[in-house]
Order: sequence, then structure tokens, then C-alpha cells
Amino acid sequence: MSNFWSGYITVLTLVTIGLIVWLLFATRKGQRPDHTEETVGHSFDGIEEYDNPLPRWWFMLFIATIIFGAFYLALYPGLGKWDGLLNWTQEGQYEDEVAQAQEQFAPIFARYADMPVEEVATDQDAIRIGQRLFATNCSVCHGSDARGAFGFPNLTDNDWIWGGTPEQIKTTLRQGRQAAMPAWLAVIGDRGVRDTAGYVRSMAGLDSENVNLEAGQKVFQTNCVACHGPEGKGNPLLGAPNLTDDIWLYGSSMLQVQQTLRYGRNGNMPSQQHLGEDKIHMLASYVYSLSQEDGEVGDTDRPKGK
Amino acid sequence: MSTATTPTAYNYKVVRQFAIMTVVWGIFGMALGVFIAAQLVWPQLSFDLPWLTFGRLRPLHTNSVIFAFGGCALFATSYYVVQRTSQARIVSDRLAAFTFWGWQAVIVSAIITLPLGLTSTKEYAELEWPIDILIAVVWISYALVFFGTIMKRKMKHIYVGNWFFGGFIVTVAVLHIVNSMAMPVSLFKSYSIYAGATDAMVQWWYGHNAVGFFLTAGFLGMMYYFVPKQAGRPIYSYRLSIVHFWALISIYIWAGPHHLHYTALPDWAQSLGMVMSLILLAPSWGGMINGMMTLSGAWHKLRTDPILRFLVVSLAFYGMSTFEGPMMAIKTVNALSHYTDWTIGHVHAGALGWVAMISIGSLYHMIPKLFGRERMHSIGMINVHFWLATVGTVLYIVSMWVNGITQGLMWRAVNVDGTLTYSFVEALEASHPGYVVRLIGGAFFLLGMFVMAWNVWQTVRQSKSTEAEAAAQMA
Repeated sequence: MSNFWSGYITVLTLVTIGLIVWLLFATRKGQRPDHTEETVGHSFDGIEEYDNPLPRWWFMLFIATIIFGAFYLALYPGLGKWDGLLNWTQEGQYEDEVAQAQEQFAPIFARYADMPVEEVATDQDAIRIGQRLFATNCSVCHGSDARGAFGFPNLTDNDWIWGGTPEQIKTTLRQGRQAAMPAWLAVIGDRGVRDTAGYVRSMAGLDSENVNLEAGQKVFQTNCVACHGPEGKGNPLLGAPNLTDDIWLYGSSMLQVQQTLRYGRNGNMPSQQHLGEDKIHMLASYVYSLSQEDGEVGDTDRPKGK
Repeated sequence: MSTATTPTAYNYKVVRQFAIMTVVWGIFGMALGVFIAAQLVWPQLSFDLPWLTFGRLRPLHTNSVIFAFGGCALFATSYYVVQRTSQARIVSDRLAAFTFWGWQAVIVSAIITLPLGLTSTKEYAELEWPIDILIAVVWISYALVFFGTIMKRKMKHIYVGNWFFGGFIVTVAVLHIVNSMAMPVSLFKSYSIYAGATDAMVQWWYGHNAVGFFLTAGFLGMMYYFVPKQAGRPIYSYRLSIVHFWALISIYIWAGPHHLHYTALPDWAQSLGMVMSLILLAPSWGGMINGMMTLSGAWHKLRTDPILRFLVVSLAFYGMSTFEGPMMAIKTVNALSHYTDWTIGHVHAGALGWVAMISIGSLYHMIPKLFGRERMHSIGMINVHFWLATVGTVLYIVSMWVNGITQGLMWRAVNVDGTLTYSFVEALEASHPGYVVRLIGGAFFLLGMFVMAWNVWQTVRQSKSTEAEAAAQMA
């Protein structure tokens, strides 16, 4: 803030409060000490006005709030560039609270920092902490039970888009992930979209009506194998899902698969770097633990293809 | 020539029009409120139709209760009061008629555009730029009619009720025009000319003073006429009127930043907004005291007069919510209450308890007089309405206090390891019973409005045009 604007707002504030104080005392001047039945002499549509004094307790309340305000503006920033005697800032308050929390809680997380994820994943206390971190930071998209939703992967099965090793999960958490399924409509046309959708569904064992699977396969071999591989098994390095396992991030119906092919999909997992390495370690361990029970592709609870 | 157009009569036609539409829009806006409250209990009530979603209907609810219901109540009462207390017919019948039809056009435009998702995204100022221009034109006409009539007054002084109406009209014009400044890119889309924290500050300077001037100063103007009239008592203290009027209008305008505590708004603006909000307590209470004390010597009338009950209880709610407001403006309290249902409860303590109740009481006083009837068709039904409204308001406020404090505490609860105890959805689940109670409270209030509509209809139906004309004669 420039000196001019600082001075402007300071003067405006003080003059306003000063005028209010003057008004209060000026109106009080010459008032009757007690209740009165006398009016000030006006009458509007039969309404008259008594000349009663300002209630004393109300007057005191008014003065008290102004005195409080004066002290507050001396202690805290409020008058232009004046920093206040306490040097308080909201950033300062935030940093203090974070530092305090770090001091109090960091040792709890640090205990697990040197344990490998596989080991932390079997520690009941650690899993409880991980679960809470998950509820706060991840459940909005992946659900409280981590089973995901349309567009958000289920984390409890053993089907991984970006890889399920501890280090891969950590990378996902640290850096986030940006998927990029391109839009194919302009390249393969409407007929191509339909046939390819039918072919992709057939890889997962689903039948489709009115499709030319051979033509679909041709399109697939030309355009899709680069990411999804010749057998459609996907590639975790690119975040290209396995198309053969009948687990669908964006739905398995003919309409949904065609939508995916036509316009592409751009799933985004945001980076969780702000949580710090120790909490990412806890979260990775928790997520890792979710899929370790039977080591097989679990039931996703999502409707299977029809 | 009919007597209604001779200069010896008041223009009651425009007052009648606005008074009737107050009841109509009241039912419309409150029914929408009840519907979106039901959506918060049963989210599937949007039926997957975009124009029935909460996000589009909520602004329509706020616009129709504030500007349609509240606006019509203010137009009706200010035109009635300014004529009667100035002993002058309204300065221009045609301009007054334009404000009526213009304002209805604004409301109908809102009803069409908001469900379509056309919005400037500024809270309580969602209407797009062509409608904003219409509002400005109608509002300036309103100012011309009001102040023109003041200038025609037969006495030297201007009545205190008219100070408040006048302050409200001038300030709302300034607020609306400054906040709505935008760059249109098409007929239905514009972008605010302000950016970032400046835009937020301008928006809440407007938003808080929509409360301070539209919903407070305007309705205090109403209070200053209808309370002494209905009680048959003089105003308690002229001195108090002077101090609290000037203090109220000069301090309210500073209080907006308390909506932006702990945000990108600079610290100094936040602190200043908080200090001014606290200093606002006494000026706000000045109006409550002046109204309440006007009743001293007439308290016995409360036993038999449900209209007076409406007016007194509205003042009690006004006092309560203007105490709550400054408290919530304190940073440490705000850190708990902000973004919770407490805010919604606070707003409705003012909106239902104060704004709606004082309007309803004033209408019950005014409508028989406008139509040349001695009193409303059924006094008993006014009493029924009073209890429905009071119980409804209390249920609403209490459920939102409980919800708000529950949410505030659950959001900040931490475990021994520093992780949050509750996820967001757990606080939402805990709020569900409160949403049910709020819905019931709102339904009570709405039911009362239907009782009122019936009573008004019966009163108006029995009125003969000769009676109505005679009523408009200047004494």
C-alpha cells in the first residue's frame, strides 16, 4: 500500500469514529436526566416523539465498543500500513500453528519413516493413521471405502493403472498422475468408433450387437496398441489400463466405451506433495495394504458389462 | 373524475399492488426455500434436471425472498408511509406505476434466467447485466418518486421513518451500480470489472450492505411507522433516533470484510471490518430499544393484538441477530462459525424473525386501511399465523445453531496423531437431523404465509371500491 492510500484510509477511519463519538456526546448534551412525557413537538400522521434521554446502559455499551475498537486497532493491523503493536499477521498465525503441529505430531509419523511400506502395511496403529489421512485427503474422490467411483479407480482390488508396487504408489502420491486417452473421432470416424468399441468390449468377454469386430481389431492394431499393447493388457508406465479384465474406469456399456473413444478421457490424480514425505509414506502403506488380502483381482462392486 | 386521482387523495393503488405482490412473492420465495431445504434432506429431489438443482434454485430463493418479497414490502410501505407522514400524494402516479411494473419485470426475469443457469455468480447479485440495468432504472425512478414526495410534504420536518427509507434507497442505488459493473461479452454473459481480492471485497461490501441497507435500514423505516401506529404510542426517544440513524448508516458501510476473514483479503481490511462490526452493535440496538420502549405503557395490548405481537417479536429477533452478527464478526468466533450452517441460521434469524415478521405485521396493519376495511377478515387467523411463524423461525434457528457448531467442532477435531478425527462426509451425516428440523421449521413458516394469503383474500374480497376510494382521502 502506498503512503497516500495508507494515510487516506487511516484518516477516513479515525474521522468516522471521531464523528460518531462527537454525535453521541452532542446528542446527549442538554438531554433530560429522566424519563419524560414531553414530546419534541412534531406530529406525523399522528405519531409524536418523546424527548427521552439516551438510555445510559446503551450509551456505555456504545462507548465500550469504541474503546475496544481503539485498543484493537492499536494492537493489530487495521489502520493502513500500521502493523499493530503485536505484529500479528494471518500468515504468521498460520505458520505458528503449523510449526506447533509439526513439533507435536511429526515424531509420530517419523517412527514409521524408516520401515518399508510392506512392513508398515501390517502395523495396526499405522494403518489406523493411514486410514484417517485417507479419509481426509483421498475419500472425496476414491470414496470412504477406497472403492472408487465413475472415473476414480478402486484401490482395493489388485488392478493397478499406474502400478501397485510401494514405489509406484508413492510416485503417484508425490507427483500426481495425468492420464491422456486421446479423442479418436476425427481419426477413425463414427463407424470406426463403434467397431473399435465392440472389439474392446470383446477383449473383456462382452458381446456387442451390430459391430464389425474385424474392422475394430484393425483400428485397434493401428492406433491403440502403442499404449494398451497388442493384447490390450495396458502399460502402467503410461497409465494405460488393462482392457481385458472387465474392470472399467469409465463404464463398460457400448455408449460409455464409445464416448471414451470419441472424446478421450483425461483422468487427473493431483499431487499430494504438500502432505510431506512422512505422511505420503503412511498413505502409500495404507493404500498398499488394501489390496494385499488375497493378492487377486478383487470384486470391484461396479456393474459388470452387459 | 374519480376521487382517487384528485390531489386530495393519497395514491393507494400502487401501494395495494405492491402489498398484494408481497404476499404472492412471499409464498413463492419461501416455497422455493422449503423445496431446497427438502433437497438437502433428500438430494434426489433434483430429479437430475439441471434447472431443479440446488445450485440454481438457491439463488432464485434468495432473490425472490429478498428482492421480490422484501422489495415489494419496502415499496408498499415506503409509498404508504411517505405519503401519510408528508400529507402529500405521491409526486408522480405514472413513475410510481413504472416502478411497480418494472420491479415485477425484474422478478419475472430472475425466475426465467436463474433456473436456466444464467448468472453473474455474485451472491445476491446473480442477475445478468441487462436485468441489472433495468434494476438501476427502476431504482432511480423509485428515488425520484420517494424524494419528490418528501419535497411536497406539508410540514417542516421529515419523519424519522423516512430518513431510514431515504438512506436505504440512496445507498442501495450506489451499492447495486458499483457492484454490478461488468463487461458484457454476450446478451447473457458478463464479467465483473474487478479482479481477485478486489472483486471479493466489492462483492461483500455490496453483500453486507444489502443486509445493512436493504434488509435493515429499509425495514427500520417500516418499524418507525407501524410500531407507534399499531401501539398508539409516541416514539420513545427522538434523540436516540438521531444517533442510531447516523451511526447505523455510517458504520454499516465498513463491515463487509468480516465475510472474508482468513482469506486473501489484506489483514488490515479484515481487522477494520471486525472493529466496525463490533461498533455496529449499539447503533443496531438503538432501533430495537426505540421500538420496544415505544410499547411501554401499551404492553397490555399484546394480549389482544396479534399484529402488535408480530411487530414486537420481530424487534426481539432483530435485537438477537444484531447481537449475534457482531459476535460472529470476531475472528476467533468466525474461525469456528464460517462456512457452517450457523451462518445460514444467523441469516434466517434476521430474514424470518426480523424482515418477514415486521413486513407481515405491517401488512396486517396496512391492508385493511388500503381497502377501506376496519380490520383484517380474521384476527384469530393472524394469531394462528403469528404462532406458525414464531415456532417456524425458532425451529429453523435452533437447528442451524446445532448444525453449525457441530460442523465447526467436527471439522477442527484432531486425533492424538494430528490427523483429522472426522472426514467431511461424517460431519454431513451428523447434520442430517438438523436439516430435517430446518425443513419442518421452514414449512411452518410457509404454512403461515398461506394462512395470510387466505386472510388477505377474504379482506380484499369484501372491500367495495367506494370504501377503498374513501380510505385514500387525506384527512
